[in-house]
Order: sequence, then C-alpha cells, then structure tokens
Amino acid sequence: MTALNTTILTLVTFVPLLGALILMAVPNRDRDIRWFALIVTLFEFVLSLHLAVRFRAENVGVFQFEINHQWITSPNIHFHLGVDGISLWLVLLTTFLTPLCVLISWNSIHERVKEFFILLLILETAMIGVFVALDLFLFYAFWEATLIPMALLIGIYGHERRIYAAVKFFLFTMVASMFMLAGIIWLYAKTGSFDFATIQQAIQAGSVPGFAAAAPWLFLGFFVAFAVKVPLFPLHTWLPDAHVEAPTAGSVLLAGVLLKMGTYGLIRFNVGLFPEQARRNAPWIMVLALIGIVYGALVALVQPNLKKLIAYSSVSHLGVVVLGIFSLTQSGMDGAMFVNLAHGVSTGALFMLAGILHERRHTYEISEFGGLATPMPTYATLFLFMTLSSVGLPLLNGFIGEFLAFYGAFQSRALFGLIATTAVIWSAWYLLWLYQRTFFGVNKNPKNASLHDMYPLEKFAVLPTAVAALIMGVAPILWLKAIDPAVHSILHPVAQFSARVVGQ
Amino acid sequence: MTGLMAILAPPSVDYVRILPELVLSIFGMLIMVLDPLIDEFKAAKTLGIVALVGALASLGAVYVQAGSPSGEAFSHMVRVDNFSIFFHTVILIIVLLSILSSFEYMEQQGIRAAEYYALILLGAAGMCLMTSATELVLIFIALEISSISTYILAGFLRRDPRSSEASLKYFLLGSFATAFFLYGVALIFGATGHTTLTDISARLHVGYMPPLAYVAMAMIFVGLGFKVAAAPFHVWTPDVYEGAPSPVVGLMSTAPKAATFAVLLRVIFEARLPGSFWIIWFAAVLSMTLGNLGAIRQNNIKRLLAYSSIAHAGYLLVAFASLPEFGIPSAMFYTAAYAAMNVGAFAIISHIGNAGERYTSVDDYAGLGRRSPFMAAILTVFLLSLIGIPATGGFFAKFYVFSAALHSTTPLVGLTIIGVINSAVGSYYYLRVIVVMYMKEPQGEAIPLKPLSVGVSAVLVLSAVTTLYLGILPSSVLTYAHNSVHNLIP
Repeated sequence: MTALNTTILTLVTFVPLLGALILMAVPNRDRDIRWFALIVTLFEFVLSLHLAVRFRAENVGVFQFEINHQWITSPNIHFHLGVDGISLWLVLLTTFLTPLCVLISWNSIHERVKEFFILLLILETAMIGVFVALDLFLFYAFWEATLIPMALLIGIYGHERRIYAAVKFFLFTMVASMFMLAGIIWLYAKTGSFDFATIQQAIQAGSVPGFAAAAPWLFLGFFVAFAVKVPLFPLHTWLPDAHVEAPTAGSVLLAGVLLKMGTYGLIRFNVGLFPEQARRNAPWIMVLALIGIVYGALVALVQPNLKKLIAYSSVSHLGVVVLGIFSLTQSGMDGAMFVNLAHGVSTGALFMLAGILHERRHTYEISEFGGLATPMPTYATLFLFMTLSSVGLPLLNGFIGEFLAFYGAFQSRALFGLIATTAVIWSAWYLLWLYQRTFFGVNKNPKNASLHDMYPLEKFAVLPTAVAALIMGVAPILWLKAIDPAVHSILHPVAQFSARVVGQ
Repeated sequence: MTGLMAILAPPSVDYVRILPELVLSIFGMLIMVLDPLIDEFKAAKTLGIVALVGALASLGAVYVQAGSPSGEAFSHMVRVDNFSIFFHTVILIIVLLSILSSFEYMEQQGIRAAEYYALILLGAAGMCLMTSATELVLIFIALEISSISTYILAGFLRRDPRSSEASLKYFLLGSFATAFFLYGVALIFGATGHTTLTDISARLHVGYMPPLAYVAMAMIFVGLGFKVAAAPFHVWTPDVYEGAPSPVVGLMSTAPKAATFAVLLRVIFEARLPGSFWIIWFAAVLSMTLGNLGAIRQNNIKRLLAYSSIAHAGYLLVAFASLPEFGIPSAMFYTAAYAAMNVGAFAIISHIGNAGERYTSVDDYAGLGRRSPFMAAILTVFLLSLIGIPATGGFFAKFYVFSAALHSTTPLVGLTIIGVINSAVGSYYYLRVIVVMYMKEPQGEAIPLKPLSVGVSAVLVLSAVTTLYLGILPSSVLTYAHNSVHNLIP
C-alpha cells in the first residue's frame, strides 16, 4: 500500500488525461465512447477514495501523498503534488461530480460526442491538478489548462449565445490570471523557487528582498485572479452568462468545481502566503463578500430564468465562502470549506435537475412551468430535497457550513455576521418561491402535463448527490475532521501576526 | 608572414566551420543546374527532394560541427560555438519544414520550383552565416544574402498582384533598412577602428565612450529592427505577409528573424554597443502594443499572424533589455518556440488557402473543428502556444523572457507588466480563430478541403510535437541555451 501512497496523486491526476488520449485514438462510436468515459471517471473516483481512506488527519501542517520530482532544472520547477485537509475534499468533489456529468450528458449530448468526453476528461485532470499542485508554476499551468476545455464545452455544446459566453468566460479568467502570473514570476525571481512550502517559509522568515513593498501588490495580483473565478462581486458578470449558455455538465463542473478553484486559491495562496496582507485587506474583502451575498440573492429573486437563478444563487453562496475565509477565524474557515463542498454537491445537483427539465421542454423560463409535481413526482421530490439542502435545512449539507461561516463572521465583526445571516432568509425565499412556481399551482401549459418523470439514467446521476447531501448533513465531522487541523495550521501565522499587532 | 598565409590559405578546419553554409550553397547551385535537365512536370518533386536532402545534409554538417571543437575561422570572421550551433539548428529545421510544406503548395499553385528551392537554400546559407559571423562586414554580407533571397521569394506568386506588391515593398523598405545597418557599421568602424565584435567591445569599454557609438547603435537597430518586424519599423509586415506565398511567410517570419535576433544578441551582448537599453525598451513596448492592437481588427488570417509576429518580436525584445545571463537564453528559447508554432500555423494556412490562396479569411475556418478535427486540433495547439497557454512552448518562452526581465539588477517591472497585459489582450484574437473553427458553422457554402499530403502532415505533426515538447520538457533546450551564454560574454 505504501507504494500506492507515493504514486496515487500522479495517478489520480493523470488517469482522466490518459482516458482522453485513448479516446482520441478510438473510432467514433458514440455508445462505446460514453461507456468508456463512464468507466474511466468511475475508476478515477475509486482511485481518489484511496486518498480519503488513507489520509491521516492527525498529521497536521504537512502535505500527504506527496510526490516531488525535478521537472525542469532551470527555472527550478518541480513536479510537486500533495494534499492536505483543504485540497483533499476538493479533489474528491471533482472525482465525485465528473461521473455524474458523464451520466447526465449520456443522452443530452448527441453531436460530436467523442470531442465532448475528451474535453470533459481533460478538464477533470486540469481541475484535480489545480488542487494538488504544490509548485506555483505547476499550479498556474493547471489553472490555465482548465480554461480551454471549459470554454470549448460552453462554446460548442452550449445554447444560443454560447460563443459570447465562452469568450467572456475565457477572457475574464485569462486577463485576471495574468496578474497572478506576474506575481508568481516575481516570487520566483526573488526566492529562486516555485515551491509553495519554500516560498512560504522564505516569506515567513523575512528573507525575501523587497517583499514588504511588493506584498500589497502580490496579494492583489493573486486576489484578482481568484476573485474573478469565485466570482466575487463586482467581478461576477461572466458567471450568469457562462452558466445559462453552458451544457448541463459544463454548468455542474463550473459551479461544482471551477468556482471552488477560486476559493481554494484564496485560502491556499492569499491567506497561506500573505497572512499579514490577508489580515489587512480582510475588511473590504468581507464587505465585497457581503454585497455579493445580498446582491446575488436579490438578483436571483427576480430571475425569470431557472438556470440564471441558480447561477446567481451561486454568487450569493460563494459570498458566504469568501466571508468565512476572510473572517480569518477557525470556525469561519472551516465553514467556508464546508460550504464549498456542500455548494458543489447541491448546486451541481440543481443544475443537473434544471438540465433534465430543459431536455424535456427546451426552455429554462420559470413562467413556462407550474404544477410539475403531478406529472413528475420523483423529479419534484429530488428537486425539493436539493433545494432544501441548498437553503440550508439542518441535517442536510448546506446547514453546518453556513452556520460555521456565519459564526466566524460574528466573531470577526458582529455587524457582518448579522448581515450575512440574512443569506438564509434570501436563499429560502428565492429557492422555495422558485419551487412553488415550478411544481405547485395549476398547470397552465398543456405541454407540461405529459412530461416524463426521471429516466433511470437521470436518477443514477442525481441520486448520489442526494445521498451525499444527506451524509454530509448528518455526519459533517467526517469531513471536518480533516479540514479543521488544516485550517488551523493555515491560520497559525495569521494569528501570530495579529498577536504581534495586539502586543505592540 | 604566417598571418598572411593564414588568410591566403586558411587551414582546412576553417572550412568545417562554414560547412553547413557550404553544403547549402552547393545544393542550391545544384538545383539550378539540374533544373533544365529534368522534365518540367517532374521537376517540382525531384528538385524539392534535392532541396530536402540539401537541408538534411547541412543539418548533418552542423552535427559534425557540434562534435568537433568550437573555435574561430577565417581570421576571427566566423566563430562556431554552442550559440551558433543552436541557431543553425533552429534555422535549418525551419528550412526543412518549409521545404516539406512547399511540396504540396508548388503543385497547387503551379510555380516553377527550381529557383524557389534554390533561393530557400541560398537564403538559408545567409541566415546560417549571420549567426556564426563575428565581424560586422561579414554579418552585413550574410544579412544581404538572406534578405535578397527572401525579397524574391516573397514575390513568387508572380500572377498575383498582391505577391508582387509584397515583394517590391519588402525590397524597397528592406534595402533602405540595410543601408541604415551599413551606415551603423561604418560609424562603429569610425568610432573604434574595428569591425570584429570582440575588438569593438574591448575598445568601447576602456576610457571614454565615443559618442558616435550611440548613433551607430541606433542605426544598427533600425536595420535589424526592420528585419525582425519590431515597431516602429514594422509597417511593411502585414502587407508582405498577406501577399507572399504562405510557406514563404512561414519561413521568413521565423528563420531570418531567428538569424537577426542572433545578430542583435551578438551586437548588444558581445560587442556591448552602448545605449541599447532604452532603444530596446521603447521598441519592445511599441511592438507589443501596436502588434496586439493591430491584430484585433484583422480578418485575414495572414495579416492577423503578421501583427501577431510584431507583438512576438516585442516580447522577445524584452529579453534584450535584461541581463545577458538571463536575456540570452530566454531570447534563444523564444526564437525556437516561436519558430515551431509559426511554421506549423503557416503550413495549415497554406494548405487551407488552396490554389491562388483563395481562402485566407478567418471566416473560411468556420466549421473546421467538425470537418477536419485533426487540422483544427493542431492549429489549436499552435494558437494556444501563441497565446501562451501552459504546456506549450509559447508559454514557456514568454514566461522565461518575463522572468529574465524581473531577474535584472533593476527589475523591469514596468516592462513585464506591459508585456503581461499585452499577452492578455493578445489572447483575444487568437481565441477568435479557435472560436470560429469550433463554434461557428460556415455561412453559405463551406470551403473545399483537400486531404492532407504526407509532407504537410509531417510538418504539422513535427511542429506540434516540438511545440508541446518545448512546453512540457523544455529543460534540454534551456540548458543548451544557458550553456551558450558564455560564448557571448566572457
């Protein structure tokens, strides 16, 4: 088993890519290709379970399953992978959602099937790479690598305004990440290393020349790149377009994983590398997060488009995550990490459900629906379940994370906590109102009366998320066990710094 | 007496030092001799193969050079070292790929092939000589050999007025620029009494700096800046690239550029001409900005890549403003990476262009992703590399240049930021091509697509593999480039 421990991360990262390469070579038979993609992604999920099982939560402050090889000698770039309690679950979230994406795309993608699954698999490798890379260069490479498959998925398989959405998505992220690249190059020029731990130590030891003057700009460079991805108000405008136009699988991965790359980056790099700057900039970032929470919710409230509504609800939920992170408290960050995962599961599910409806009616307009509970009982039940989990009903996955995040916000500043807590009211309002309009009431449109309930394939795709939502809600400790110590070690330098400030 | 003897009858090892150039010239002449002896209808293929063999043989000669000890020849006029071998290899591989991609093109456009291939080989001899020459007059001669061949090659589509325009424009402006270069050489000779780079360097850095040297640097930069299409000497580029035959554009946007950058490296870092910093700084900023802004509005893919090549010249120039130990290897790597992606891109463009280069608008590429997944995927690799996406050579090249800039004693933060913003702007127009290929369907009738010939496929696969290789495993090339730094600076 130890041999597997040292290679597992490489395997987990590159198995999907290998699958994509094999797909390129096989003949164009859609059915076989779908099966192959499913098998690869399921195998990948099983592989990644090894990480969860063998992860030792008690090993605090170190990366596990580490692999570190020299990749390029000059500049000094390493193939350095590893996970801690923060990235571990994000990797699993990715491997969990991807097979579901394959299932949900089984029948909805019927043109250029091969390319679709190739892109999906490449995307999976890139996303996992982002979470496990511990070399800044490698991280950046994976970060950028997620862009192209996603832009292509939106642009080729999306709806009417797909090209606009794809280009907007690409340019927003690309331009923002350039600032991060400049920051990474600066750090390399001063420390001679891309290694996360080495740079972190160098910064903590104060041995980086010119760091004091550059730190605000470095923080900002990284922050912009991640804030666009999260997306934090006011950089969120690409998200509704991308979501509405993306194919279902694209939306699921976009909301489920790609946005989490942003929050992951904020924790790992903005807080991890620049604790002092994080402390200093926390107030205005928290204000932006609060605006995002309230603004996202209000806009979601008035959306006539189902998918856009869920997209804006993401803006609101991710605001909670950022708020939790920059509360810079133990519970706030724990909560942020947990909301990350919960949002991935429940919003991923909601997007799948929205996609199922679109399959039948080819529209996302809420006004087109009504009384769907009668023709589609299973669908209505699952939708309700996921809605409640997204609203934050206790014993489902949304509750515990939000609770912790709000608690952290209160600790940091009571007023912030107070405003943030309204998020619960907002999300209950727009989601339950959506539910009411869609599933209850009289069925005005005769087309809705004969809608087929969920097909087995669709059930296979959505049910796992419901199960996950339930387990996460009942036993959050399974996840928090690993998250909590990792957050603690990230917060340690921040706490040290604030202690210094207080002591002065 | 012995010195005179050495000039009159140079030792045989001297000939090894110019072996690649000799081989190229011999094969170039051979093609012209063979031309009237072969049946006109078979000529294109046969002569192409002869040219291919010539380029390969020359590459073999470079290999021989790499195996034998490096050193000078012909009284300090030529020096073979890691630096020259690197550029020889790059240039010869470009030439090889250009010849390969010309096979199909020649047949399709119905051009007489003899002069075409001969000129490519002779021009290549000039380019190769540029990278190993260490004496300004010889550099000038080599520059002229390379330039004159490219002037003619640009006008090879005789029946197409755009091609003739390209040739004439290129020739007139080019001669003007070379005159500037020659003037700069004369001034340097006036200021220092030397034309050998090391002597110039030695003379310039004892005692006071002759003011003439500053003027000379500016003049020389005008000449070389024109050749690499750096702003503000770039105005010829779009028209010439649009009119010239596509395989020739693939060649002339990479090989002579690589050679000229080699000369510029020698002039700035070996001869250490003064005052280069701000000249380079402004030229880099102008080139990046004008190139990228110009490209945004282009709808002809050749013009688009012309502006993109201006922008890339700008990125490359950033390396020249950095310290030599970082600037030289990054510039060398950049030329190699840029060559790989650009030659490949133009091979596709010339294939899709069809007879008379009819289909060169970006819109003609609509639906390519569905109609020819292979070509679309490969072109995507090149475009991503031009954008600078990780795992491609283009990313690494840019990355390395910018980190060289930040490594300088006075970090070029401003220049780096301008460069980074520019590459973000640049991503837009390359992306547009990808968008058109994959996400749009042709309006009206789709353009005819011919099956790929073996030659073009080989070029595509080779350049794509090189692009990815340079992006994933750049170490070996980087190390080699690093090792050639001390060839230029003591």
